[in-house]
Amino acid sequence: MQAGKPVPTLTPAMIAIWLALATVPLWIEHVGLYQYLGVEILIFATYAMAYNLVLGHSGLPSFGHGAFFGLGAYGFGLAQLNLVADLWFCLGAAVVVASAGGAIVAAFISHRRGIYYSLLTIAFGQVFWFIAIKSHAITGGEDGLLKIARLPVRLGVATIDLTGNVSLFYFVLAVFVAVTLLLWRLVHSPFGRILKAIKQNETRARFVGYDVWRYKAAVLVLSAGLSGLAGGLFAMAQASAFPDVMSLHYSGYIVMMTLVGGGLVTFWGPVLGALVFLLARDVIGAFTTGWMLWFGLLFVALVMYKPEGLGGLFLRTPRKPVPPLAVASAPAE
Amino acid sequence: MALFEAHELHLRFGDRVVLEDISLSFEAGRLSGIMGPNGAGKTTCFNVLTGRYKPDRGRVLFDGADITGRSPQAIARLGIARSFQLMNLFDEFTVFENVAIALPATRARGRNALGHAYADPALVAEAHEILDTVGLAARADDIAKALPYGERRALEIAVALACRPKLLFLDEPTAGLGSDGRARLAELVRRLKGQVTLVMIEHDMEFLFSLADDISVIHWGQVIAHGSPTELRTNPWVKNSNLGKLA
Repeated sequence: MQAGKPVPTLTPAMIAIWLALATVPLWIEHVGLYQYLGVEILIFATYAMAYNLVLGHSGLPSFGHGAFFGLGAYGFGLAQLNLVADLWFCLGAAVVVASAGGAIVAAFISHRRGIYYSLLTIAFGQVFWFIAIKSHAITGGEDGLLKIARLPVRLGVATIDLTGNVSLFYFVLAVFVAVTLLLWRLVHSPFGRILKAIKQNETRARFVGYDVWRYKAAVLVLSAGLSGLAGGLFAMAQASAFPDVMSLHYSGYIVMMTLVGGGLVTFWGPVLGALVFLLARDVIGAFTTGWMLWFGLLFVALVMYKPEGLGGLFLRTPRKPVPPLAVASAPAE
Repeated sequence: MALFEAHELHLRFGDRVVLEDISLSFEAGRLSGIMGPNGAGKTTCFNVLTGRYKPDRGRVLFDGADITGRSPQAIARLGIARSFQLMNLFDEFTVFENVAIALPATRARGRNALGHAYADPALVAEAHEILDTVGLAARADDIAKALPYGERRALEIAVALACRPKLLFLDEPTAGLGSDGRARLAELVRRLKGQVTLVMIEHDMEFLFSLADDISVIHWGQVIAHGSPTELRTNPWVKNSNLGKLA
């Protein structure tokens, strides 16, 4: 950041990306794909952006984020089926439930760093996943929570039906725009810059007066809440919520999306990562059920030859990413 | 009463005693030096005084308040800052941001998650003023890790100064510097003297003896001598040790 130069709230790149995404329903079927894939990409892009707040912007290697996505999905479904079938209320419930989960985890892990932080996120992720599977009466267990409706958007003067994939796409795009705008402001705010400082040198941050663990806790809760929002959208999109999304391998997917896209070095990297991941699933998956093998090889190649990820291709001045674990566990003195 | 006092500090790592009944006091407005051979416990002592380690027993008083065992961040907020023997910067930040992030004004806005980080002209001016003090004003937009070693040392001090301390601990500020770098640093320390109370660990005896008002010698985790540079030149232990070659 240049000396004292404020970062604009809206940038040309940001507007171009939003506009480009807005054209997707117009051509996606003409290239052999389908409308629901666009919805899914946007939901996972939102999730990956929320996740990158923790991994890329704060250097906190969480490997159990699927728990928060899943909590959001269940929060949305349970609120709709048991409380009020209102879109805003249910999305709010998704955010609140996931944030509460994040707060519980944060209370236990925010004093830790490096590999201990990672292992605890995995452990908590597994705990939430196990609870989701075993609480059959509440979550439906392995059968999942079914019959979640795509609720209409009530705007007071008008109501927009979201049962069609195109209308749902534009609603999810609106949420994506709001989330990316919020995250853009956040990473350039005093709070965001302090997180960046903590990522680089936790010890020095403490010695200049910051309660590091409070910032680490706050960002995990925020990231969990936004991941939960994406989870709520996913539950609505697929009309159900399953414990699968809370499992360790689903948590691994979001890490892969973020790293492949270049979340460690670029703000928009996770969006690119979600796009590539889901396209690979569908395009390579059309030829072979072992699509993950090929995507895994791409991941290995990127880590070896382009560790900054695909987003690094768009950087004017190449930057080497600093792996979060290396940062977090680096000796202070 | 001294600005900062440590009374009978004791610290063990396992079965090894690293600090044994150390008592120190630093008067406001002065530059106090700490010297001693490698492994004597100087940096460990700094780590106890600045909250990194909690002493097994003993008390640390700052401005009359007991700060024993408080966290580094709590101690920093009281007005005690430190630099580190090994470079401890925000390497990916610009020189400007290294300083700006450490300012109390930025800390006060730490909960602001939507505003511009450095939109306040007063905050920006304050950061530039500190960079000017350490001679890094022209480097404000450079990335910290790209600076040459001597300038990174200066930035290390600038980050500590940005905390607006009443008391500044400098841990071997000349480590790794050539003669030109040491001369520039000596000039900077002279300028800081009087503005802020300074405590400095230093191996370069010429540097330390030319700047310090009083010096404590630490060896085997104990304070074995204390006095003005003139008094210490005649101290038998200092004279007989490698450290005393200057005298």
